[in-house]
This record gives sequence, structure tokens and C-alpha cells, in this order.
Amino acid sequence: MNYGKTSKHASYDERVKRLSPKSEKPMSLLKAFAVGGGICLLGQLIRDAGLVLELEEDAAALLSTFSLVFLSALLTGLGVYDKLGRFAGAGSIVPITGFANSMVSPAMEFKREGYITGVGAKMFVIAGPVLVYGISSSVLVGLIYFFLRIAFKG
Amino acid sequence: MSVSSKRRGRQSYLLPSKPRVKSFAAIAGKKEGEGPLRGLFDIVIADDTLGEKSWERAESRMLEDVIRLCLEKKELSPESVDAFLGGDLLNQIVSASFAARQLGVPFLGLYGACSTMAESLLIGSMLIDGGFAQNVVCATCSHFSTAERQYRFPLEMGSVRPPYAQWTVTGAGATALTAEQGYPIAIESLTLGAVVDYNQNDENNMGAAMAPAAADTLRSHLAEMNRGADYYDLIVTGDLGRVGQALFEELCAEHGIELGGRYLDCGSEIFAPEQNLYSGGSGCGCSALVLNGKLLKEMERGERRRMLFMATGALLSPTTTLQGESIPGIAHAVSLEVC
Repeated sequence: MNYGKTSKHASYDERVKRLSPKSEKPMSLLKAFAVGGGICLLGQLIRDAGLVLELEEDAAALLSTFSLVFLSALLTGLGVYDKLGRFAGAGSIVPITGFANSMVSPAMEFKREGYITGVGAKMFVIAGPVLVYGISSSVLVGLIYFFLRIAFKG
Repeated sequence: MSVSSKRRGRQSYLLPSKPRVKSFAAIAGKKEGEGPLRGLFDIVIADDTLGEKSWERAESRMLEDVIRLCLEKKELSPESVDAFLGGDLLNQIVSASFAARQLGVPFLGLYGACSTMAESLLIGSMLIDGGFAQNVVCATCSHFSTAERQYRFPLEMGSVRPPYAQWTVTGAGATALTAEQGYPIAIESLTLGAVVDYNQNDENNMGAAMAPAAADTLRSHLAEMNRGADYYDLIVTGDLGRVGQALFEELCAEHGIELGGRYLDCGSEIFAPEQNLYSGGSGCGCSALVLNGKLLKEMERGERRRMLFMATGALLSPTTTLQGESIPGIAHAVSLEVC
């Protein structure tokens, strides 16, 4: 039950706010930018390397994605990615490597509850919402695009 | 003696027979063993799986081990224990009931979240004072890795927490109480905590949710026992952490309670700020380790003569948090003295 805020609660909220330490914003932003940017740079380098090896543009992009996902899964398994996450925050959560980490880590965690009811059921516990809303919104945007094109081409 | 003569006010009780602390033991995890309390624990576990196949089994083993150790110290057999009172943080308090299965001791499972150490001492000393039991063992535990997977994220997930969050303690503590006299530390009075909710919704800031409950219990205890805070050498809260501790101190000052230098919080005590574990420790094991590793030893040596031990609990579940409920807090007080 939520009791609704009384004035006592409101003044306590202010007290809590005053006494709770804040995240160091400039430093967090800098770390996130450096690590997130580094991951993206690595992706770009792999893609360029693919192009140098005369892969087609699509194939080079896939090579880059696959490599990053593989590296993230490997580092998660080795117990490194969580430490990177604590350091870099959104810098390592937002890129595709963060997505891979959010699937590999529950898969590892819930192995003891079995391959079906553990790994299978819990693997998408973090990534699931991203998929649901990512796919839903891309369908929505696709539909808007489709109708706009009909409207403007007449 | 009639109930009314033991009761003091609405929440407090005097224990005329003064149940004694017969034995105590503490088993700590690696980080806890490297903190400010290093060297004070009976065992520091190097491998936090304890060689078991799951974290849950490891936690339960730790609890079983600490109880056996506590009993062995005073050559008590499990058969001579009339009741094991305890609980933990896991769903359906499995660590405690699975440990009870191994021990074969009559068992009362308790859930008071991180207030369980005080709750078990409270009920245990009442059983003894009421003449229902000769020996009881009060014990609780928590494990970082089981708490994480139940309350938060998978261990290997790279997530960020706010600096006011707390770190679940890996550790277990047990205290054996007895009706026999002749042991130096006694439980002389108790205050049952009431649930207090100041409408806090941030599950990362449990210290803020629990501090009002601790202040409420302390105020009731002092008023009903007709004491000032200076009656005690030390007043202890369970796991408020550095944020909750600061809030508690302000609330006490507002109630006109002068804590002075005689206050410590187990959550702030267990880890050093340099260990970089946010605002301190939490979990049932937090106050259990500080009590059974440090404080009871200090009393045994006579360095502290009167101590009020108040373990604090945040009575939330992952479900209630998701449903947007506020976090109710509780604190139980146990007054210990050197006879």
C-alpha cells in the first residue's frame, strides 16, 4: 500500500535527498564516453578490416556486429564485463556488447535451475523488454513509412 | 512473575531471569574478512561457494557451519539445544530451514529481513525467561550472490548502482543463549519493533527506508524503560549504511535523543569506504557478523558493559518494488549487559 505523501514524508524525502551522495556526473559521462566510444571504434575498425579483405558492405557490417557480440559474451564468461559495466555505466550497456552481456549473464546465472526452466526461461529476463519494444517500435515506424510513401507518391 | 510485571509500556519487556549468552560464532566472506573487522571472525571463507553446487546451498552450509561451531565452542551437542531460531533473506527462508534439516534441532523459522538477528535473540530470550527452554541458538546469514540473483541482476551483468546503494554481506553468525547462570553477558530487556513506513520507494536506498524504524524503536525503548541514551555504552543499528546512519542520527536528535559518541552502525562498520562498496553493508549477515565477531567479544572482555543491539530490516520483496509499493522498515531492540 502506498499511503500518499504526508508533510512528514515530504520533509523526510528532502532529508534523504540531502544526505544521499550523488553520482559524480562529469566523471561518469567521461568514462561512459571513453568506453562506449572505444567499443564503437573497435566495431568500425573490424568493419573497415572486412572491407579491406574485400567483403561486401553488408557482410563487413555483420562481421563487426558478430565480433563485438562474441567478444562481449567471452568477457562476460570470463567475469570481466561486469567490472567494465561498473566502471563505464551506459558506455558499456548501450552498445550491442551490453545487449550480449544482458543475455549471457542470466544464462550463466540460472544454469543451476536447469536448461529449460533456468537458462531457457531466464535468458531474456533483461533483454526481453528491449526486444519487445524494439521490434514493436520498428514495426510501427515501418508502417508509418509505408503509408507516408503511398500518400506522397499518390 | 506475571506478564504485567515483565512488560514495560506497549513494546518493551524486562527479562528478570536474565538469559545468558553462552557461546557465539561468526563466519565471514572474503570481502568482510578483509574489512575493518579483519581478524575478528572465527572463519573467513576463501571460496564463497564452499564447494557446493549452488549459491543457495553455500549460504545454507555457512549457517549450518556457524551453528555447529557456536555449539562446539562450549561443548554443546545439537541434542541439548531446545530450539534453533533463525531465518535469512531467501524466498521461503530456505537457508535456515535447510540448515535446520541438517542439524535436527527443533526449529522456528523467522523472517524479519535484516532484523532477523535481533528478532531471533528477542524470541529466544523470551523462551528462556518464560521457562520453556534451557538452551536456544539464534542464527542468521546472508550471501551476496544469492541476494543479487533474487533481488537484483545476474552477477556477471555489467550494471551500475547509485553511490548510496549497499552491498549484501556474505556471512553468518550464531549466538547460543542459556538459562544457566555463570556466563558474563546477559539479555536484560527487549523492545519489539513496530513497522514504520516513511514512504520510501527506492530499493537502492534501504538505509533511508529503515532509519525511521530504528529511531522509532529506540525512542520507544528509552521511554518505556525510562532510560536516557547515556544508560548504554553503545547503541547499535543493524545495516543502515552511511546514508541511513546519517538519517538516523538526525531523527534521533529531533526526538531529543543524544547519541553522542556511543553509536555505531554495523553496515558502516563492516566495510571500509576504501573498499568501494557503496554506502556500506546490508543483509542479515551484516549485524550477525558485527555482533558475533566483534561486539560480544568486547563485552566478554568487559570493555562494554551495556549495549543496545537493534538490527534493522527492510520488509520489501522484488514483487512489491516492481508494483511501486513503498518499503516498510522494522527494528527490534535487545539490551545486553555484563553481569
